Amino acid sequence: MTPGLWPPSGPEIVFLLLGLVALGSGVLVVTTKRLVHAALWLVVCFGALAGCYLVLTAEFVAWVQVLIYAGAVVVLLLFGIMLTRAPTGRSEELDSGNWWAAALVALATAGVLVTVVISGFRDAYAPLEPGRGSAGEIGAGIFRTWVLPFEVLSLLLLAALIGAIVISRTDITGRR
Amino acid sequence: MHVVYPVVLSALLFSIGVYGVLARRNAILVMLSIELMLNAVNLNLVAFDIWAGDRLHSGQALALFVIVIAAAEVGLGLAIVLAVFRTRKTIDVDRLRALSERERADDDAEART
Repeated sequence: MTPGLWPPSGPEIVFLLLGLVALGSGVLVVTTKRLVHAALWLVVCFGALAGCYLVLTAEFVAWVQVLIYAGAVVVLLLFGIMLTRAPTGRSEELDSGNWWAAALVALATAGVLVTVVISGFRDAYAPLEPGRGSAGEIGAGIFRTWVLPFEVLSLLLLAALIGAIVISRTDITGRR
Repeated sequence: MHVVYPVVLSALLFSIGVYGVLARRNAILVMLSIELMLNAVNLNLVAFDIWAGDRLHSGQALALFVIVIAAAEVGLGLAIVLAVFRTRKTIDVDRLRALSERERADDDAEART
């Protein structure tokens, strides 16, 4: 007998608040006129999503999210902003001319996805028991069931690293 | 926890990412929006893993793999953006039209006259 949608339970209230933070900072990422602020709002979004993962009892994913996304990916993007001499103040040229078409597409996507998802999962309920996403369990799963994709991913990281180095070298030129 | 909440949040974040990819001109802002979309997918994976009570934790393991792949993609994407900046001095995606067919046709027409 699944509980109704109203009133929301404690974890659901926390999840809704974190979700509002994530949505608000996500909207600010794609609409702000300052480039560096977009990267910083993305950090807020990642942090809110890490909180969402914690509420959903996926602790290991939450900490990996903070470590890798908020800690490494955003730093890389900030380096990119700095190395491409991007405007650091308010800039009017960050939005393309057909942003209204983009807004229409995004609204249509949102409409389709949200209606399909609500009509499909309106009655789904997940009882939250802590411990299902702990580091020990996820680690055991990765190194037993998912060990082959894990090894392939380390090869992929190596390939990406070598590729990035090759692309960045200025002494390797094309055929003349 | 009703599964509707994380799944609707994921759908909305994905749409916001779609708007960012299509509307922003700076290549790095496009990459920021792609990261938003990947995060939405991760939230979906984790929510369904918790709902299904998967003993193999396939949703959470796949979310971790998506995080790793996104990190590799950002590193490589930034290398490409920096290479483009080095040669063309701009990363405004609306102005990078060297491969556009219409411009090549105009250049061929000019070269013939």
